[in-house]
Amino acid sequence: MALKKRVAIRNHSAEANLFARRTFITFIGVLIVTLILFSNIYNLEVNSYQKYQTRSNDNRIKILPVAPNRGLIYDRNGVLLADNTPVYSLEVIPEQVDDIKSSLAEVSKLLDISQERQDKLLKELKSKRRFKPIELYSRLSEQQVSLFSVNQHKFPGFFIDARLKRYYPFADLTTHSLGYVARINRRDSDSLEKQGLAENYAATRNIGKLGLERYYQDILHGTIGHQEVEINNQGRVIRTLDFTPPIPGKDLTLTLDIELQMIAKRALSGKRGAVVAIDPRDGGVLAMYSNPSFDGNLFVHGISSKKYKKLLDPKNNKPLLNRAVQGYPPASTIKPLLALTGLDAGIITPETEIYDPGFYQLPGIETKRRDWKKWGHGKVNLTKSLEQSCNVYYYDLAYKLGITRISQMMEKFGFGEYTGIDLHEESRAIMPSIEWKKARYNRSWYTGETLSVGIGQSYWSVTPLQLSQAISILVNKGQIKVPHLLKATSEVVINSENVITKEAIVTEYAVDEKPPIILKDKHYWDIVLDGLHNTVQKFGATGHEAFAGSKYDAAGKTGSAQTANIEQGEEYDATKVKESKRDNAMFIAFAPYENPEIVVAVAIENVAEGGGGANAAPVARQIMDQYFGDREIISKDKTKHPHHDNVYHQNIKNTAGNQ
Amino acid sequence: MRSTGQDQQRQRTIWHRLHLDLPLLIGILALMTLGLFVVYSAGGQESAVLIRHAKRVVFALVVMFFIAQIPPLSYKKWAVPVFILGLLLLIAVLLFGHVGKGAQRWLDLGFTKFQPSEIMKLVVPIMIAWYVSQYDLPTKTSKIVIAFILVLMPTLLIARQPDLGTSLLIASSGIFVIFLAGASWKLIGTCLGLASAFAPILWMFLMKPYQKQRVLTFLNPEQDPLGSGYHIIQSKIAIGSGGIHGKGWLQGTQSQLEFLPERHTDFIFAVFSEEFGLVGVALLLTVYLAIVMRGLWIAVNAQHAFTKLLAGSLTLTFFVYIFVNIGMVSGLLPVVGVPLPLVSYGGTSMVTLMAGFGMLMAISTHRRFHV
Repeated sequence: MALKKRVAIRNHSAEANLFARRTFITFIGVLIVTLILFSNIYNLEVNSYQKYQTRSNDNRIKILPVAPNRGLIYDRNGVLLADNTPVYSLEVIPEQVDDIKSSLAEVSKLLDISQERQDKLLKELKSKRRFKPIELYSRLSEQQVSLFSVNQHKFPGFFIDARLKRYYPFADLTTHSLGYVARINRRDSDSLEKQGLAENYAATRNIGKLGLERYYQDILHGTIGHQEVEINNQGRVIRTLDFTPPIPGKDLTLTLDIELQMIAKRALSGKRGAVVAIDPRDGGVLAMYSNPSFDGNLFVHGISSKKYKKLLDPKNNKPLLNRAVQGYPPASTIKPLLALTGLDAGIITPETEIYDPGFYQLPGIETKRRDWKKWGHGKVNLTKSLEQSCNVYYYDLAYKLGITRISQMMEKFGFGEYTGIDLHEESRAIMPSIEWKKARYNRSWYTGETLSVGIGQSYWSVTPLQLSQAISILVNKGQIKVPHLLKATSEVVINSENVITKEAIVTEYAVDEKPPIILKDKHYWDIVLDGLHNTVQKFGATGHEAFAGSKYDAAGKTGSAQTANIEQGEEYDATKVKESKRDNAMFIAFAPYENPEIVVAVAIENVAEGGGGANAAPVARQIMDQYFGDREIISKDKTKHPHHDNVYHQNIKNTAGNQ
Repeated sequence: MRSTGQDQQRQRTIWHRLHLDLPLLIGILALMTLGLFVVYSAGGQESAVLIRHAKRVVFALVVMFFIAQIPPLSYKKWAVPVFILGLLLLIAVLLFGHVGKGAQRWLDLGFTKFQPSEIMKLVVPIMIAWYVSQYDLPTKTSKIVIAFILVLMPTLLIARQPDLGTSLLIASSGIFVIFLAGASWKLIGTCLGLASAFAPILWMFLMKPYQKQRVLTFLNPEQDPLGSGYHIIQSKIAIGSGGIHGKGWLQGTQSQLEFLPERHTDFIFAVFSEEFGLVGVALLLTVYLAIVMRGLWIAVNAQHAFTKLLAGSLTLTFFVYIFVNIGMVSGLLPVVGVPLPLVSYGGTSMVTLMAGFGMLMAISTHRRFHV
């Protein structure tokens, strides 16, 4: 009842009014809230537009660095020595892989990667950054590439990367001069950082580690390019917005002649030693080969520790060592330079004669220094001293000159100092002097040591490169051209539209010269050079045999360096001493005698029998034969050296000795 | 009958006979059409997504049409049994519910999955409106307490699932009824005071860690830009980078390149703002406001306390959708899973919303014949 009553008295219009009021209030609330929403959106889209616009672009636009192609390297005749070849490698971004271990196992099964290698990779992965691609397997075969490509969808995070890698078609033939590139390591990246080059190397994986690849790293590398791309939230590239192409590194043309390298390798095969051939006219290195050598390609892909150990194994004769820039006792090869020093110092004249009884004794000292020829050379003047490589003549000369005058002059010829060739691996070797010995050993200099220096022994060591430079200075009569391997660089031309054209700018290498050596009398040069000419052209002279029958007019000097002390009264017999204590064979030569085009220095370690004339000179001969080919170059002065079968031929009776 | 025959003649247009409210229908269709375009853009321009969405739109319209045919006063009969059934189903969900997206919301009936909380979005306002309208307005405090308890039961059950968005919508639908029924300002003030006093207790004892994290992220999204803050940061970038005119349809980089998560569902407003800019947003809000105004107009003109309260509650709850969704996407509110009504891709909530609009239309068109 009560309910009914209440319904009956219900005031509908009052209720409707109340409801309308309340509805109006809520509508005002709705309007206010809508206004708040709108003003917030306004704030975002109008006031903060710039900020969010930038952040939106940051989200979607990425700048990808594009590595420039490394400059190629050619020999002087345009033969390609360092190439870039496409290599496919399997890479992974660990971040994108859920279970790296099982994924790797599956990929390995597909591509036939050994368990051993997988374990190694897993270990390596732990220490790498997770967001960056990591190379799992380099040098995939074409079959592996296609196998993987078909199954790629099964392996998120794994992909195949194609990039250019360095390849040296001549392998070990060029390694000591070209060097090689290898993966940029922590130390490299630190040093790039310091030089402010890190940005330019952002996409680069390999860097020159040795030889020319290292020396000319900057110009071979080129300039990084950039690709502006739009990416999605997975980081996948949707499209390219802008592209700044990288500028390839400059191509290098070397002074090297690959055919001379081949001859050098063949001539040195089975021996330890080095050959350097220089064009004295410009200092360009025509050949530089050190045997044994190694294949630089091994390092490009990362050498296995087993292979590396093998290279380091002493049984394998240290192939990593570039013997062309390592010190050897010069032995008799520097006698012409000592003769020149003697002439310039006024101690000897071309006519000065000494008597060689087969030994030399310092005044008041009992020790006898023997000549290589037991019974002596008899009366010896300058020319004969060179032809016959008379030790006694040079003991006497050295004694009279004294170490200081010798080392001062020899330093001018570049001994004991870097030649300045475009390699970082060069040794200075040693030009001994009183100061040097004091600094090195804190001992005073002995006159006996001066005598040894006189025949290119004692502490004196020279690199085959230094030797060839010194002889170049000699044949240039004092002009010093710094030896170099680079002949020219070639860079691409980029047109106004930022596109690389087919043209190239070729820049010839500017030869560096040092102040010349000036002697008191210019003729001194001719006197010594003439002696070297005789040494090769005169029948019976030490260098004659090796060049018999050559059609070009060569000159040279032999050398044979002791590597072990021979006791007083003891006789050296190569067949009886240990291999490592046998003599080194040295030889220097140049040709043609008039207007020389090539200087060759040869060093061969621990030869079994005979000296420089028998062991090293034939190497120089082969190089020069190759260099001159069929060219016939006969001296203009027919009275003197018209041909190797020269006028002196008949007059020389003594043909013994091959030093 | 109060109305004259002439009135009847004029009012009984084809739309009335179909029980459709034309202004409301125009607004709804406008939003749905817009929704098709934005879903297509946000769904990666895949026709499959668009077709699925279109099918749901059509289905929702059909549901609306049929509901509109039912005289609204007949809801009263069903209010109590359906409400009780709903509560039982919610309890069943908690006990045997199907787990999806880390929450128990679904009841597996064998042939179909069923979300009882969606039904409750309609049942709760009907129930409360029915309960309150039995008594004189303004409602007495004692009745309000009972009404409040009736609201609280489903709200808490749904919050337990946990589904914060839906429980928020259901709570507000009930509270709007109580407010519109004239709850005294004193009481409202007291409740607000109690609520703010309750907040720290809620924070310390009742909120789950992930819910707390949402609030913290809301306060400072940049503290974890790649983790919990990612959604809101990317969403703000999308909106902000739209500028005044927008990047153009299908041209939004944030959405097309998939930087924006939940693009075609809860965060579709960000896609819309990015591609249509402030101009588009102003237009969208205008349409929404028009629908709300029309809904309130229907409520004010309804002839019974029950239909007034129900229409008011349905309309205002619709606005809560808008406010919570846009507020969260633009960084004003913490992230709560509420779709942008009639635009977002997503079947169930669209069908429920359209059922609600069907009721509004019924209230608008049946009134003449039930007095």
